[in-house]
Amino acid sequence: MSKLSRRDFIKISGTATAGLAMTPPLTSIMGAIFGEEKTPHLLENEAIKTPTVCEVCFWNCAGWTYTDKEGKIHKIIGNDSDPHSNGRLCPRGTGGLGMYYDEDRLKKPLIRVKGKDGKQEFKEATWEEAFDVIIKGMKDIEKNYGKESMALLFHGKTGPHFEHLFKAWGSDTMGEPAGAQCLITREAGFIATYGAGLASPEPTDVRNTDCLVLIGNHIGENMHNGHVQEVSQLIDRGGTIITVDPRFSTMAAHSTKWLPIKPSTDLALLLAWMNVIINEGLYDKDYVAQYTYGFDLLKDHVQKYTPEWAASITTIPAGDIYETARMIGGASPRVIIHPGRHTAWYGDDTQRTRAIAILNAILGSWGREGGFYFPEKVKLPKEAHPPFPKPKWSWKTISRDKHKLAIMGITNEIIDHALPEYKGPYKVKGMFITATNPIQSIPPEDKVKRALQNQDFIVVVDTMPSEITGYADVVLPEATYLERLDHLRTAHHRQPNIALRYPAVNPKWETKPGWWIAREIGIRLGLKDFYEWEDFEEVLDWQLKQVGSSMEEMKRVGVKHFPRKTPMYLKDGEEYWFNTNTGKIELYSTDFAEWGYDPMPVYKDHGEVPTGFLRLIYGRLPMHTFGRTLNNPYLWELKNEPVLWLHPKAAKYYQVENGQEVWLKNLKGKVSSFGIKVRVTERIRHDSVFLPHGFGNKGRIFVNGKTEEMSRTYGRGISDSEMVYKIEKDPVTGGTGLRNNFVTILTENPHKKEALS
Amino acid sequence: MRYAMAIEVNKCVGCGDCVVACQTENNVPMGYSRDWIIEIARGEYPNLFMHFESQRCNHCDDTPCVRTCPTGASHVIEGGIVKVTHDECIGCGACIEACPYDARYFHPDGYVDKCTFCDHRVADGLEPACVSVCPTTCMHFGDLDDPDSDISKLIKTREHYTLLPEAGTAPQIYYLK
Repeated sequence: MSKLSRRDFIKISGTATAGLAMTPPLTSIMGAIFGEEKTPHLLENEAIKTPTVCEVCFWNCAGWTYTDKEGKIHKIIGNDSDPHSNGRLCPRGTGGLGMYYDEDRLKKPLIRVKGKDGKQEFKEATWEEAFDVIIKGMKDIEKNYGKESMALLFHGKTGPHFEHLFKAWGSDTMGEPAGAQCLITREAGFIATYGAGLASPEPTDVRNTDCLVLIGNHIGENMHNGHVQEVSQLIDRGGTIITVDPRFSTMAAHSTKWLPIKPSTDLALLLAWMNVIINEGLYDKDYVAQYTYGFDLLKDHVQKYTPEWAASITTIPAGDIYETARMIGGASPRVIIHPGRHTAWYGDDTQRTRAIAILNAILGSWGREGGFYFPEKVKLPKEAHPPFPKPKWSWKTISRDKHKLAIMGITNEIIDHALPEYKGPYKVKGMFITATNPIQSIPPEDKVKRALQNQDFIVVVDTMPSEITGYADVVLPEATYLERLDHLRTAHHRQPNIALRYPAVNPKWETKPGWWIAREIGIRLGLKDFYEWEDFEEVLDWQLKQVGSSMEEMKRVGVKHFPRKTPMYLKDGEEYWFNTNTGKIELYSTDFAEWGYDPMPVYKDHGEVPTGFLRLIYGRLPMHTFGRTLNNPYLWELKNEPVLWLHPKAAKYYQVENGQEVWLKNLKGKVSSFGIKVRVTERIRHDSVFLPHGFGNKGRIFVNGKTEEMSRTYGRGISDSEMVYKIEKDPVTGGTGLRNNFVTILTENPHKKEALS
Repeated sequence: MRYAMAIEVNKCVGCGDCVVACQTENNVPMGYSRDWIIEIARGEYPNLFMHFESQRCNHCDDTPCVRTCPTGASHVIEGGIVKVTHDECIGCGACIEACPYDARYFHPDGYVDKCTFCDHRVADGLEPACVSVCPTTCMHFGDLDDPDSDISKLIKTREHYTLLPEAGTAPQIYYLK
């Protein structure tokens, strides 16, 4: 009988079965709970179900945490009435309980004993001792530089607790990498066009569309849950999917048409599509006439951008550009040119995403069924407190003068103001960092490290140790999302809704919820008036009552829907005012013209890949989100051997074989800290490499008086952020383009000598 | 009653949700798995083909694993679900050798373990954990003996294949193109 030969396949998830039969037994996490018993299943009718909102990624799906009578967490299942998940979580949500069980978690408050150089040298402390150091540190910053010089870097649902603390104290110097390092350019591109951004989840009506165009957007590899589900429905309906990507991505494989584009040339393709769609009259003429401003200017503008011109730039044959333009035009207005999410690529990213916005506008898809719907959200009243003091300067002061659409705090501006060479009046000398690891999340790494080492005082609040905890004076262990309460999720959607995250279990070890940590610090800073509650649940209860619900109801349903107040789509010929200078959708941006930016997107060349180098492309794996979430035992189990994608031609050039370990060196000569195995594959262009994001972790943990490597992720693979040596700054927003970085391959371990000496 | 699974490879994104869901549902120990994902890619850039397959025990009609089991621990229950009685398994590994799909593994507690189609859930009228969580809804479970079941209709109307049909085991996981 023939055995299924695994050599023919790449097994990407799940551990080898027979191959592992001889390895020594590993401990089951749940097994550890149940001892040696053979597993009893937690049956549906015996489970205690507590509503939760997932925190493994920003999609924030609502679900139920299943615990047994002893209070042990068994599983997490999606909430059927949740529009983010529709009852089906992605692997990260299903495996989210690993964040709770992870033995590497921060367990006790830590206070630095020496150094400040990334080494994790601490002593364990009580919360009281840790708060004493924090209050002294923050007051010293205030005394020496002013409160504004203490900056907040944050991510996720923990962020708002500390935003409140900072604003109450008097600092509005804050930012999250989710802006400048991720989606700010796309928000700006749509705001400049429609007077409205997209926010999250993006209001793309994939469920009803006939044609979806994905440009460097890896739905299915990014598990943006609701979108993944709706794309699946689109496949069921036999709709058109066009994927533009230098990599044969998962969605490229599921697409009607894949356009393998030369990286950095996407804007050329978008302009050529406009050229065909306008010149062949495939646009929505009534819609353009009624709702847009500057169509004639746009028509003139795109005449030079012919498919033949674009073919020479993008390497996509002109025939394919014509064909896809006609497919897209033919589907108007039930068509979506997807805005993407992480759009900080090449430094003209607002212009590229504006081209996407413009293309959608001439196709008439904005505000139309099968295009972009008008989302609605529930506005919850905020708890009463005295007015926030007005800081002398804020994130706006250091961003808006340079970048007119810096609509969120620009983290890299904060970093620039924290460097020793910064001599201006807006110095950052202290940082409070929660739920983000700037070493990986705000490249380039070397610059961030210099900024961190120039700080007088750093506090880190997180559930997990990472590189950043090595720079902290105080580390506070936060409870995971399954152990804590946070603000209600009020994200917009087709149907306005709210979702509750409620603790399913008590916080493990000495961890505490973010709201408690922020309040305790606030009280000690003399901000009692801003915390007229003792338990954050009181705030939620009050908010819920204002909208006709209650904690009791929300604990029972998890997600509650509210009726819409406005229509989801434009009616035929409906009068509609857009929040722009002209009140129209601005194909020609009057703001941009005034501010000195190109009022219509102009193609700019981003240069060639230097000889002997490869373009660094990175992206998500479906089971991992950030470096912070990688160490989750369940998710690590799914994928713990990252690989570097390399085309066979490049493999031949560098004389490397499939499975061989290699190291990377970037154009500036920086060598990766760790090695990675090569996957030789036709799925990538010959001039690029693909690295999965979040790996190459150098984080250590401080346990029992000594520093140890993190048990799973330490030293596995290469961090894409570590290899980034330059950012291409987007002038409109300050966003940091990260895709113009080049690396070469080393086949010998560059650290070998060091190890021997 | 003949339980089977149908998986639409044109929709699967290979995310591994089925693998984690199985692990938490069935307390599969770390380092082992009852189901797994395989990527199949062919062609040369830019003329490429790729899809994923979520694989597990095929709950075959003809079961070499059951035939080779010396103690009767491996057996077939109603609906054609192949199971292992842990207490009766002596861990000899004959079934692991006999299975053409590598679907069985030695549990560290000393017995052989594998996919059960989540029969404890099916008994409650629920779908197997892997099927119930899949964000793409590419997985379907049901009774092939019922001509009106969704899975019967899918297999009747969609082009499909099974893994290693030449092994002669009549596998009951169908992959829909």
